[in-house]
Amino acid sequence: MEKNIIYVKNLSKSFDVSSKEPGLKGTIKHFFKRKTTSLKVIKNISFEIKEGEIVGFLGANGAGKTTILKMLCGLIYPTEGSISVSGYLPYRRKENFLKNITLIMGQKQQLLWDLPPIESFYLNASIYDLDKLEAKKRINKLSEMLEIDDDLFKPVRKLSLGQRMKSELLAALIHKPNILFLDEPTLGLDINAQRNLRNFLQKYNKETNATICLTSHYMKDITSLCKRVICVHNGSISYDGKLDLLLKKLSPVKEILIICRSESDAIKLEKSGFMVKNKRKNEITLKVENKSITSSLKAILNNFDIEDLYINEPPIDEIIGKILIKKDCSI
Amino acid sequence: MRVRKYLKVYSKFLHTSLASELEYKTNIIIDLITAILSLIGSIFLLSIFFQNNNRIGGWEFEQALIIQGIYTILNGITNTWFNPNLTEIVKHIREGTLDFVLLKPIDSQFFISLKKINPSGFLEIILGFCLLLYCIKINQINFNLNILSLFFITIICSIFILYSLWFFISTTTIWFVKTWNATEVLRSFLYIGRFPLNSFSFSLRIFFSVFIPIAFITTIPSEVFLGLSQLWKIFLEILVALLFVSTSRKFWLFALKFYSSASS
Repeated sequence: MEKNIIYVKNLSKSFDVSSKEPGLKGTIKHFFKRKTTSLKVIKNISFEIKEGEIVGFLGANGAGKTTILKMLCGLIYPTEGSISVSGYLPYRRKENFLKNITLIMGQKQQLLWDLPPIESFYLNASIYDLDKLEAKKRINKLSEMLEIDDDLFKPVRKLSLGQRMKSELLAALIHKPNILFLDEPTLGLDINAQRNLRNFLQKYNKETNATICLTSHYMKDITSLCKRVICVHNGSISYDGKLDLLLKKLSPVKEILIICRSESDAIKLEKSGFMVKNKRKNEITLKVENKSITSSLKAILNNFDIEDLYINEPPIDEIIGKILIKKDCSI
Repeated sequence: MRVRKYLKVYSKFLHTSLASELEYKTNIIIDLITAILSLIGSIFLLSIFFQNNNRIGGWEFEQALIIQGIYTILNGITNTWFNPNLTEIVKHIREGTLDFVLLKPIDSQFFISLKKINPSGFLEIILGFCLLLYCIKINQINFNLNILSLFFITIICSIFILYSLWFFISTTTIWFVKTWNATEVLRSFLYIGRFPLNSFSFSLRIFFSVFIPIAFITTIPSEVFLGLSQLWKIFLEILVALLFVSTSRKFWLFALKFYSSASS
């Protein structure tokens, strides 16, 4: 049984936000007298994360996912509530805490732009107190896992986005952190680069038992990496639990496309009491509840002359899209 | 152990930033030419002021050259370290890349103040010292070890005062987001430091001593160089430097509590 490594209790965060009326008059008014209001972007959230767990944070733009990650890694101070990561108060940013974590942001980079990534790796190694030999060992291992050996010696500005992101990962992982905070790490990457990155993260998690907190708008990242998701809606948690349970709950039916041997069989099937989505000649699409899928299939195969059949899962993006606009996804 | 770590990291900073700068040869050559032309221009301007007067504010042209030499050294230090690093603070805060700095197990002020270096500023430092050597000759200064050590103490204090002022202004970016103009104002005040403080009116002298301590930055080291400074002025300079460094440090740590990071 893994122990909890992240504790969050009744956490809230407010920001002062200024608003401006449109037009020149509004601009002048805004220059001399700013109207600021306190906006509560995170509202009283609580959760715990176990060591070695990969947790996906889901939510629409501006829901508060990144703010939660930034509070977890200690970049911003919480307004209310308590937070503990690996036994530390993150916002105190103690040296030992910082050596335990890393933050990777898909839209920001820390590599030295004009130099090859290897220079940034050795710079980070010296910051994390690693000697040259140890640093070299880790760079070799990680570059092998990431398959970027050839790109280490080219200037960063000459690398493709995918190669750059892999190098960013290596720079962020050189100190073997136990907790990884990833904010949209696959942003802008092509399908192959996304898949490689996901494979790497899976492998890294298996080998090091590192805890991973991830936000992403690419559903494939979430479905292939995270067993557990935390859905954030307007700064509150609308769901915290297993991803497959959530998907089942939000999508209780599956579609079965059945190709009958003859049109008459299709007509018989249409009248047999199943929920029919559509019918075309000898092809018929039925909607069947997840819980009765096995019994329904048995009945269809026993009573009708079937040539072929396909079970279609509803598109995951569609289901997740529902989550993003739902206030409460509790089961 | 800690000092060794910081020295090791600084040697990496030097290595990486020199390597980055040397990628752009033409830029370095242009910077070097600008440094030489700027010094020639400044001396020419100073000579115009002294054309009809033998003395300005009690300083002769040959003595005023010492201030010019110190100004050139400080400007070189500004261009080598302060300009590439402290102007970046604004960018770090605006674009949210300060996140990476704050999450490193190293002092964030050390990191953002010393990460980069612009090698072309070294030429200005060398030119400044050459000008000072020439001033020893033309002013027939009896330079000894005492004057030399006092001079270096006051110059180091000047560097710290200038750094703290600049760092203080850059830190306000955490609240105001854009403060490039303020650092430009500071640079233009530094230009005033090329002239002896006594050449300004009484009220301006008070302003440049109390509010923007230009007097401490160039005039006191110059007086020490000439062997004319009173001991209390040197102590005052050390005190002001300590005050500025500790205040800017505390201000930075205080400001970080308000850092909200850029939105993604």
